[in-house]
Amino acid sequence: MTATAVKSDVRRRWAGENSENTTRNLVLLGVLAALIAIGAITRPQLYSDSTWVWNNVLSILQLASVIGVVTVGMTFVIIGGGIDLSVGAIVALAGVWATTVATQSFGAGGMIFTAVAVGLGVGLVNGLLIAYGKLVPFIATLAMLVAARGLAAQISGKQTQISESAVINGIASTKILGIPLLVYILAVVAAAGWVLLNRTTFGRRTVAVGGNAEAARLAGIDIKRHTMLLYGLSGLCCGLAAIMLTSQATSAQAAMANLYELDAIAAAIIGGTLLSGGRGTIVGSLLGVIIFATITNLFAINGLSTEAQNMVKGGIIIAAVLVQQFRFDAVTRLLGRIRN
Amino acid sequence: MTQSSRDLSRRRLLLGGAALGAGTLLTACTSNEAEPNDAQIKTGGSEAAGGNAAPGTEVVIGFSAPAADHGWLGAIITNANAKAQAQAYPDVELKAVESGSDAATQRAALATLLGQKPNVIVLLPHDGKELNAFGLEAMAAGIPVVNLDRAFPSARAYRTQILGDNYGMGVAAADYVIAQMKAKGVAAPIIGEIAGMDELELTQTRSKGFTDTLAAAGFEVANRRAARFTVDSGQQEASQLLQALPRMDALWNHDDDQGVGVLAALSQAGRKEMIMVGGAGSKKAIESIQADDSPLKATVTYSPSMASSAISLARLIGQGRGLGDLVELQVPKEIVLASETVTKDNASAYLKLGF
Repeated sequence: MTATAVKSDVRRRWAGENSENTTRNLVLLGVLAALIAIGAITRPQLYSDSTWVWNNVLSILQLASVIGVVTVGMTFVIIGGGIDLSVGAIVALAGVWATTVATQSFGAGGMIFTAVAVGLGVGLVNGLLIAYGKLVPFIATLAMLVAARGLAAQISGKQTQISESAVINGIASTKILGIPLLVYILAVVAAAGWVLLNRTTFGRRTVAVGGNAEAARLAGIDIKRHTMLLYGLSGLCCGLAAIMLTSQATSAQAAMANLYELDAIAAAIIGGTLLSGGRGTIVGSLLGVIIFATITNLFAINGLSTEAQNMVKGGIIIAAVLVQQFRFDAVTRLLGRIRN
Repeated sequence: MTQSSRDLSRRRLLLGGAALGAGTLLTACTSNEAEPNDAQIKTGGSEAAGGNAAPGTEVVIGFSAPAADHGWLGAIITNANAKAQAQAYPDVELKAVESGSDAATQRAALATLLGQKPNVIVLLPHDGKELNAFGLEAMAAGIPVVNLDRAFPSARAYRTQILGDNYGMGVAAADYVIAQMKAKGVAAPIIGEIAGMDELELTQTRSKGFTDTLAAAGFEVANRRAARFTVDSGQQEASQLLQALPRMDALWNHDDDQGVGVLAALSQAGRKEMIMVGGAGSKKAIESIQADDSPLKATVTYSPSMASSAISLARLIGQGRGLGDLVELQVPKEIVLASETVTKDNASAYLKLGF
């Protein structure tokens, strides 16, 4: 194959991948529309009030905001061929560290700095262990999950730490132009993530490292350094999320952000991120998060139990993975066989 | 990363992740710096009145409770440690063992404890049913077991049980709500409920007490969400409950620790039309009730001071004595602590018991 042929082949594949991503995101939007329609059908009384509907949309977005920020970081890690099981624990640790009496004495600025620094720091430790310590990401971040929760419990003395900072507590209740500040934060983080993934060398390298690490290495990418930075990025997102969550709950404790790792991974997966790396979109992950939040909302407004909600969530994850495996061409083939 | 390890990791991802994630809720035991509080000093004083404070024979008490990182359970452990460290009783020696995050770990820790041959064992089992066998084993070995909080199904597995009243909590909360609604003249109130971890039997019992009592008054729960005893889950579930019920007259939240998040959700949504009742009885909640600065008007107790009482009972069992004010010569087989309703009027008396 000549150089130009390779180039055009790559381009064709990019184009194919892009259209596939668009299709997938459209399907997710369809799922979202269906969920909202179910809500409108089951609770027509609530949905007939337009103020309520608008508030409900904001409530769903607010519910999605914290986990959304975590998922953006998670999406980068997974696209880069890794996995980060420690995100929930990092959020808890950063939140607890930011709300100790000592940290709170430095004011809101000190608390935000602490949360972000703890998140970034723990993420970089994960990255160091995985990139330079050659630990399997699953093991390294699993160990971090346990250790960070342990440290959080140690620091907090297993007690709930109340945030006394009016600025921090105000983040969750502030609205700008009628939209909660938390939703803006999610939008900014997601937009930054999109630019970073799609319009920078860092993003392209992430896809390359996750798609084929050996090829990326031969192409001159410093895989170890890049891997470390990816986990640092995930930790950074967790630090931000910790401040958002602390603001929402006006407090922090070692048990908070429970199972966020699974929610974030699940959202990324139904958003079309390939668990083996090399493929994924920020928009898809975001839609995944919003779909989960909408399901929670749907079950809440209908007064249905949490266990039923969890089963439906599980079902949706399975369905998303099945769709990924079969792909559209397989379905077409199946349809063809049925016709014959 | 090798291909096989990658496959392995992925196959186990959801299963292992779920198990470990759930585990973290109770993981990580740390020793707490214990300090005596007013509650213990009070218990000591009341015993003196009954004559039980007089020193008796030396008693070695073994103590085991699961590791915890949420308020109530944390308070239980600190409370018992405090009891020993305060050395309210010169004739008691406490041997506490770290008991990990699940029933299996606790069983292993208890085996060690049994080997040390204490006179009495005070045990807060991870799960009453799962650790029933240990109770039987210890009792058969001649070591009386005081079960703290989580009942054993078999009556031969314990010498004494001291329990909170989960059903009674629901009843007390409902009684308060009913009284308030009648006082306000609300005929068909919209009542919300934020429960704790739904997979626990105690949560079901609390909810049953609540709905049964409401039903007797002709009321019902309009919507119920289950949180996870954590502040952030309390906030999230409450925010969704508020969406489901655009107007609410009363709200019962099972646990004051998660109640911090519930109250945050109320204030973020700018909702204060309802009266809220808490559960368990945290210091923060009681302070808030006393200050009357939020919709939280009352809380129904499930007091962590029961750990102190369990140690007192164990001591008396070890010494073969009964409760001072009772006629019986032995400690009763079972003590169920009534759930009490803390309101603005009596908050000051309960503040010292709050965790």
